[in-house]
Amino acid sequence: MKQKLLIVEPSEVIVEGLKAVLESQSRFKLLEPEVTAEHLEERILASRPDVLLINPLILNADVTLLRNEYKVAVVALVYQYVQREVLKAYDGVVEIRDGRTVIIETLAQALPAAEERSKNSYELTKRETAVLVELAQGKTNKEVADALNVSVHTVITHRKNITHKTGIKSVAGLTVYAMLNNLIDESALL
Amino acid sequence: MKDTKSRLFSSEARLSDLITAHPSLLTLLTRLGISLGFGDRSIADVCESSGVDTDFFLLICNVYTFNNYVPSTAAILGTDMTGLVPYLEKSHKYYVAKRLPHIEYHLDAIAQKLSGRIGMVFISFFKEYKQEVVAHFLHEEKEVFPHIAALMAGQRDTTYSISEFLQTHSDIEGKLDDLLNIIFKYLPPQVDDENVLDVVYDILSLSEDLKKHTFIEEKIMVPLVRHLEKAILS
Repeated sequence: MKQKLLIVEPSEVIVEGLKAVLESQSRFKLLEPEVTAEHLEERILASRPDVLLINPLILNADVTLLRNEYKVAVVALVYQYVQREVLKAYDGVVEIRDGRTVIIETLAQALPAAEERSKNSYELTKRETAVLVELAQGKTNKEVADALNVSVHTVITHRKNITHKTGIKSVAGLTVYAMLNNLIDESALL
Repeated sequence: MKDTKSRLFSSEARLSDLITAHPSLLTLLTRLGISLGFGDRSIADVCESSGVDTDFFLLICNVYTFNNYVPSTAAILGTDMTGLVPYLEKSHKYYVAKRLPHIEYHLDAIAQKLSGRIGMVFISFFKEYKQEVVAHFLHEEKEVFPHIAALMAGQRDTTYSISEFLQTHSDIEGKLDDLLNIIFKYLPPQVDDENVLDVVYDILSLSEDLKKHTFIEEKIMVPLVRHLEKAILS
C-alpha cells in the first residue's frame, strides 16, 4: 500500500515542482497540498497522512505534538534559513536542492519513526486526554472546542477515538474513567 | 434463516426439555405468567392451563434463544398478541425491582473500597442510569402501552402514533457496557473481590436481556402496532 504524503507549503512554484519530482514514484500517494498550516490538525485528522512535508517557517504548532498525537512522520521542507535547533525536532529534512532520489529516500526514512510511535496506540494521546478532561467537567463539544482552540469536528473525532480505546461511550462513564485514572481531581467536578 | 427455522421450538416439546437446553429462559417464565412445577407436561399443555397463548409463548422464547431470528410480519399478525403488553410491563417490573437492585447492591460494596469522592462518582453513575431506565419504562407505560390497548380494543386514538416511538426510542444498554468496561478494565486492583465477579455477571445478563427486550419492542411490537393503526384508519 502506498504511504500518504501531505505537502504543506505556501509557494505554488515549489509545490508544483515537488509534485513533478514525485510524480513517477510508486512509494507515496500525494494528497491535495495545503497552502497554510492554519487548520493543519483538522486536515491531518481528516486525511490521515503518513508523512507530512512542511515548511518549518509556517508551522505554528509544536512538531512533537503533531508527531505524538497523530502518529505522522514530520519532515521539514527547507529553502530558506532555518535554525538548526528547530530542525532537530523533525524526522527528516528535505533541502530544496536535493535530487529526486534523495528526497524520496529522506521521506521513506522518516516513516519508521512514525510506525514506532503508533505502537501502544490504546493509550490516550495528550490531546485525547485534554478533550476527556474537558468533557468530564460537563462541557459540551462546542465548549471543549473553544477551550482547546480546535474545531468542533476535531473534538468529535477525538471523542470517537477515546471511545474506541476505552470502550466507554457516555460522558458520565468517561468522567468515572477520568477520576479512576487520576486525570481530574475532585475539585474539577462541580 | 432456514437453519434457524428448523431449530425453533415446537409446542409438542416438553417444557422441561426447553429449559434444560436453554436455562436462561427460566427467567422468562414468571414474566410470561407460568409458574414452576410444570412437571413433564408439553409446552402447549402448560401454556393452556396457565392461560398463556402457546404461539405467543414460543415466539418470545424463540426470539430470546436465536439471535438471528426475526419473526415475519405474517407470523406476528397470525399470533394472539393480547399477552404482549402485560409481558412487557412485567419485564419492566422485573428489571426495576429485581435486576437493578441486585447490581446496585454489589456496586455499593465496590464503591466503599474506592476512595471517598471516586466511590461517590462511581455509584452516582449507576444511580443516574437507573433513573434513566425508570423514566424510559415509565414513558412506555404512560404513552405507548395505553395506545396499544386502545387499538386492540378497536378504538382510534389520534394523539399518539407508533412512528414517534421509534424516533425517540433510545438504547438503554449502552451505559451498562460503559460500566462493564470501567469495572473490568479500570477499577484499581484493591477492589478485586467477589462483588466484582458477581456484578459483571449480573450486568452481562441484564444487558443481554435488555437487548432482547428492545428487540421485541422494535421488531414485534412496532410492526404489530403499525398494522393495527392502519387497520383502524381504513
